[in-house]
Amino acid sequence: MSDDQHEPTRTKVPMPIAAFDDPHLGDAARNPQRVEAIVGGIFVLAIVLIAGFGAAYWQNWSPWILGGTIGAGLFLLGFGLTAWGKYLMPQGPFVEERHVLASSAEERDLMSAALVERTAVVVKRRKMLGGLFALGAGIFGIVAMFPLLRSLGPVPGDTLALTNWRRGTKLVDSNGRPVHLETLVVGGIMTVYPRGRVNTDEGQATDQTVLIRVQRTDFTTVPGRETWAPAGYVAYSKACTHLGCPVGLYEQELELLVCPCHQSMFNVRNGAVPQFGPAPRPLPQLPLMFDANGYLAAQAGYDQPVGPGYWTRSNTT
Amino acid sequence: MSAPTTTPRTKRQAKAALGPYGRAGSIVNDLDDRLGIAKGGRVFLDKIFPDHWSFMLGEISLYSFVVLLATGVFLSLYFVPSASQVLYHCASTATNCYHPLNGQRVSEAFSSTVNISFGVRGGLLVRQMHHWSADIFTGSIIVHMARIFFTGAFRKPRELNWIIGVTMLTLAILEGFIGYSLPDDLISGTGLRIGYSIAESIPLVGTYLVTFLWGGQFPGTGIIIPRFFIIHVLIIPLVLLGLIGAHLTLLVAQKHTQFAGEGRTENNVVGSPMFPTFMAKTTGFLLMVTAACALLGAFAQINPIWQFGSYDASKISYAVQPDWYMGWLDGALRIMPSWEWTGWGYTIPFEVLLPAVVFPGLIFTFAGIWPAMERRMTGDVMLHNLLDRPRDRPKRTAAGAAMLALLFTLFAASSTDVLANFFHISLNEVLWFFRIATIVVPVIVAALAYQICLEMQGVHGIGKRKRAVVVSRSVDGEYSTVESAPRPDDERTEMDPEPVPERIDVEPLVGGAVAASNGAPSPTGVRQVTR
Repeated sequence: MSDDQHEPTRTKVPMPIAAFDDPHLGDAARNPQRVEAIVGGIFVLAIVLIAGFGAAYWQNWSPWILGGTIGAGLFLLGFGLTAWGKYLMPQGPFVEERHVLASSAEERDLMSAALVERTAVVVKRRKMLGGLFALGAGIFGIVAMFPLLRSLGPVPGDTLALTNWRRGTKLVDSNGRPVHLETLVVGGIMTVYPRGRVNTDEGQATDQTVLIRVQRTDFTTVPGRETWAPAGYVAYSKACTHLGCPVGLYEQELELLVCPCHQSMFNVRNGAVPQFGPAPRPLPQLPLMFDANGYLAAQAGYDQPVGPGYWTRSNTT
Repeated sequence: MSAPTTTPRTKRQAKAALGPYGRAGSIVNDLDDRLGIAKGGRVFLDKIFPDHWSFMLGEISLYSFVVLLATGVFLSLYFVPSASQVLYHCASTATNCYHPLNGQRVSEAFSSTVNISFGVRGGLLVRQMHHWSADIFTGSIIVHMARIFFTGAFRKPRELNWIIGVTMLTLAILEGFIGYSLPDDLISGTGLRIGYSIAESIPLVGTYLVTFLWGGQFPGTGIIIPRFFIIHVLIIPLVLLGLIGAHLTLLVAQKHTQFAGEGRTENNVVGSPMFPTFMAKTTGFLLMVTAACALLGAFAQINPIWQFGSYDASKISYAVQPDWYMGWLDGALRIMPSWEWTGWGYTIPFEVLLPAVVFPGLIFTFAGIWPAMERRMTGDVMLHNLLDRPRDRPKRTAAGAAMLALLFTLFAASSTDVLANFFHISLNEVLWFFRIATIVVPVIVAALAYQICLEMQGVHGIGKRKRAVVVSRSVDGEYSTVESAPRPDDERTEMDPEPVPERIDVEPLVGGAVAASNGAPSPTGVRQVTR
């Protein structure tokens, strides 16, 4: 009632600045002919571009022209269709009722009853038959796994711990050339393989070894390895102990081997103990010797599995 | 006797004999006689799709999958899934091959991929489209999933569809990894080596798993390439197709969720009809997604394997990174401390097992069981068809934001070496920064998100433009305020939602406006006649 009394005293004020209108949607909605013309124009352009793709393909033009024409053509075709749908097709808002997916309580009970009662007939009265059938199905499930899994490949055995380095195996570079005392200068580095294993999958994946010359005299990385680095030549497995990437970067001044995958760093001087990063173990060191002609060979194979850790790794050491 | 009158003689008679709906009507009649399509088909054509931009995200995933299938079929016609070594041959005058590789020993998989890029007409475009659409596929799934999560669209009755979605994301990531491993180039081979070592780290079964799959110690017998190929082109796509079918079937059966608004309740869906409006828009969108893949494939080089070279397990490149959706795992591997455990003759490489097996397992399990967890924590067992605004559920929003922050921090951590080089800081410091950030950033983000939600709740009408308030003074000196009319964007609509009319007649337009008629004039130039 107080509102009614106050109402006449208010003065209506025109509010032109306060009346907002969305220029885009409003304009388009008010001028369907213009929308139709624009969409038509877009379609024509799309047709030209898509036909242009055909021509470009025919002429074997470069991939960026192929992709540019088909991409732009399809984009315009899609854009025009979407605009047609947005401005010229019935927008609603329309409403649709949801149907209740759930059944009635009675229907639920009937379903449960059917399941429970019929199962009772099958299982409870014929326990032995049910048990035998379940046993058969279970055994099938297990034996079916044999061909599915076991046929795939060999069991690991101790193969994961093996490399082709033996006592006396010659070190060769990636071209198969043996490594001589004079091959590397101090600070030099190269990847070596066991002779005869260059360019083989095994040689590349498991035997890969990094050879570094740290100084001109014999060098001891850790106690017990006094003879392993003659004339300053040190060899470590190149497979990172983290995830097996090749430890391919060498920081010469700090004498650090770095794995580019996850940045584990190994100190060449102290037996490749990981100095940084996620690698858990030093790189295994290969004991070296010179043969009578001054060529490098292995004193023995690696004393532990190379590469990343696995369940039985410490068994096979 | 009556035959001459029933057999149409002229075109007009033939047309009249078909009934008011002509040829289309007679096709509908024929199909309905045999399949009974009319009733259900009509319901399908009238199916309502809510008009909100965020419902487009899942469509991006669907359509990029369509692009993946189409481009993938093309590629499979030329790709040779074999690790056999061949000599790459490129005659000095030839223009359809890559000269720097001439005479190199490469695998057939690598050689055929280079051939797709240089020798097959349009091959490079299709290859790059395939790779780009895979990146878009995984990306759009994650953004779509975030939309579902933050708006609570996963709540009862849609938990199963959420789990299907999480499964598809897992498969999409796996499919992507296997896919980019196939060309057997230096980078993908390194990725395979890492994948092998990750599987090998699983206690008890890991070593068996890898020797079975690879046919021996890495790189095995080369059998992994054809095996991955069949997994990539048949098994996972088939499973994905089945899951997409289930995803969409559930979507149709349970109907879309919608945001609260005028005329929208838990018991209805308001929006545009399937035919023709939604169909036109979504078909247009399919074309635009395809176009985006084509334009990226044309102008943005991706995975130029000829520059990397064929895989050699003893070679590596600097700054190697996987595709973006594997980045979070790579980051987790990088920042993990070196905690290998050895005892009783056995080894557990926790430095690999935890970040690369246990952690992703936990993340996906956590995502999968979130609807059940939330139901349990809130005690909310009601059916929900109206979406939440993220700010109204601050705890859920904080949890989701923390998860995204965690994954993004790990993703950034996969570039520790690049960051250290770029900013000239020690790698050690970058690593420690990320170790701490991985724990701290999600906590900070969660707290911020929670607080922002609370503050947004407290402000009425936030996110909307302010409306002008006109203050006026009457002749008596009394002040009054009048709020101006809302902007068109702010008010959802002036029209009340109504059922899809049985017939939609398009009236001829006069002077750009709808001719006067008994139906309500509509701004779209279409007169809608209600039932």
